[in-house]
Amino acid sequence: MSTEPQQPIIVCKDVHKWFGSFHVLRGINMEVQKGEVVVIFGPSGSGKSTFIRTINRLEEHQRGTIIVDGIELTHDVRNVEAVRMETGMVFQQFNLFPHLTVLQNITLAPIWVRKWPKDKAEKVAMELLERVGIPEQAPKYPGQLSGGQQQRVAIARALAMQPKIMLFDEPTSALDPEMIKEVLDVMIQLARSGMTMLVVTHEMGFARAVADRMYFFDQGQIVESGTPQEIFNNPKEDRTKLFLSQILQH
Amino acid sequence: MNTTSDSVTPPAPPRMLEWIQKNLFNGWLNSALTLIALVFLYFVVVSSARWAFFTADWRPVTTAPLLFLVGQYPREQLWRPGLSMLLSTFMIGISWGIWPRYLKAFSIFLVVLLAGMAIVPLETPTITLGIRAAFLAASLLIYAGYLLGRSKFVNARLAVMLWTVIAVLISLVLLPGIPKSSALPSVPTTAWGGLLITLLLAIGGILLSFPIGVLLALGRRSSLPVVKVFSILFIEVIRGVPLVTILFMFSVILALFLPAESRIDRILRALMGMVVFSAAYTAENVRGGLQAIPPGQVEAAKALGLNGFQTTTLIVLPQALRLVIPAIVGQFISLFKDTTLVVIVGINDLLGVGNSVLKLSPEFFRLQMEVYLFIAAIFWVFSYFMSYASLQLEKSLGVGER
Repeated sequence: MSTEPQQPIIVCKDVHKWFGSFHVLRGINMEVQKGEVVVIFGPSGSGKSTFIRTINRLEEHQRGTIIVDGIELTHDVRNVEAVRMETGMVFQQFNLFPHLTVLQNITLAPIWVRKWPKDKAEKVAMELLERVGIPEQAPKYPGQLSGGQQQRVAIARALAMQPKIMLFDEPTSALDPEMIKEVLDVMIQLARSGMTMLVVTHEMGFARAVADRMYFFDQGQIVESGTPQEIFNNPKEDRTKLFLSQILQH
Repeated sequence: MNTTSDSVTPPAPPRMLEWIQKNLFNGWLNSALTLIALVFLYFVVVSSARWAFFTADWRPVTTAPLLFLVGQYPREQLWRPGLSMLLSTFMIGISWGIWPRYLKAFSIFLVVLLAGMAIVPLETPTITLGIRAAFLAASLLIYAGYLLGRSKFVNARLAVMLWTVIAVLISLVLLPGIPKSSALPSVPTTAWGGLLITLLLAIGGILLSFPIGVLLALGRRSSLPVVKVFSILFIEVIRGVPLVTILFMFSVILALFLPAESRIDRILRALMGMVVFSAAYTAENVRGGLQAIPPGQVEAAKALGLNGFQTTTLIVLPQALRLVIPAIVGQFISLFKDTTLVVIVGINDLLGVGNSVLKLSPEFFRLQMEVYLFIAAIFWVFSYFMSYASLQLEKSLGVGER
């Protein structure tokens, strides 16, 4: 690979956010290198979803700096739109567009934002559907698909914009247990292809398999971070130990 | 039939006699109620039919059919509304071919109605052979348009463009005419009347108030304070005022404030009043739809890099409008019926013609029932087909929705 010193693709310095008077993010510092897979976990209400949503400014941070691919997120709409073109996002509730077919869901942004011709967008969309394993669902509407299939379409939709970074906000939390694997398989395959990924999840199997680094969030702060080995085998903080023991006992 | 298939085939639907017995005669009380209802129905139907065919005197309608259609539009210029009818029916036919689901029933009804008007015997000399020929041609043109629309020569986009051109042509050139021209002398709108006015007001009102209403609904949710305050003020003021008052304001007060030479035509003023009124109600209906769209939809659109305008037009509005189709069509139907209120500002619409026909002859004066029933029937037919089309639209858009 290249020998020059690598610039981190995401830099967060002292990020704070309040919902009203509730201090939801209390000074988050994080650097993510290109190609890294980062897993963020922690109890509900710890700010992990809010944090990942500040990376593409679905939530505004109120203090500190966030720089994505060299672009700082400020009130400047052009910067925000530029960052959103570089980052794909997958939501807990899929958020597919119910009035469009699967194919139209995937081609919408490439056609309207990237200004691709329709043929090219559809060709890319079909390749992506192939990759997530459901090309035969292209003409259907989201409501006709199972949850796992919908989430795979959502992944394909985000990938169609050819993002440099993929953000996953609890992608398997709304799925029935038998559908979680088909989504995780797609995500593992994506991680192994070298995509930079930030994943908020409690799927510790996924973390163990592909995460480069893990962050444990609690009460708006990063309590502990490290490689999966360090976190699973040798957690330093009591809160991390307690949380892990609660979610791993099954 | 073998024994294994017996267990898997669904039970056969009940025969008609079984159905009747099960639903209408399953006990002495229900049997009695069914019989009473049948007797009641029989008397209602028979007495209505007897009244309509033997007692009623339809002369007010049959002696002045042209009045009901076009009002006092100069009889020597009748070819202009006639041509407007032919163009419109041809476009209706084309639209039937393109969107059969919504327009089939209405179009077939029109074909039969127009053909009927061409041959129905009337004692009045005003319906000349030429007018009968025009009705017959209109009827045939619907079918010709249907064949054209069904073939691949005309697609939906072309049809919409043609409709726009023809609507502008009819309402701004063909009917009002061009000042100081000999081929198309001006016909003042005071002479227009009847169904012509009713349809112009209704169609114009619907087409203009819908986009304005959508913009107001979006404006009401805008983050720009000026836009937001203006939208809220507009909607709440208009919704707080009766339509009659608005029509008076537009037809009297607007005329007083504007200098005489820049006077807006009185029908246009009434139309503006209708549009303003209907837009405010449409806006509130659309707002209901906008509020029902989950925020996740907007977030997903933003995360994909769509800008605000694209998010609104591609993601939010298509879903919001689909949700409020029944409410909006209901609004359109009430707008259509509310056009009769323009009578009070002196416009001779269908109802106005009805009122004036009653004064044509002293014999007609007691025939209000016949005249108003006739007008009510016309309104009912149009309203019915509007709500029928809306039902079909809802069904076809429901595809893939949970």
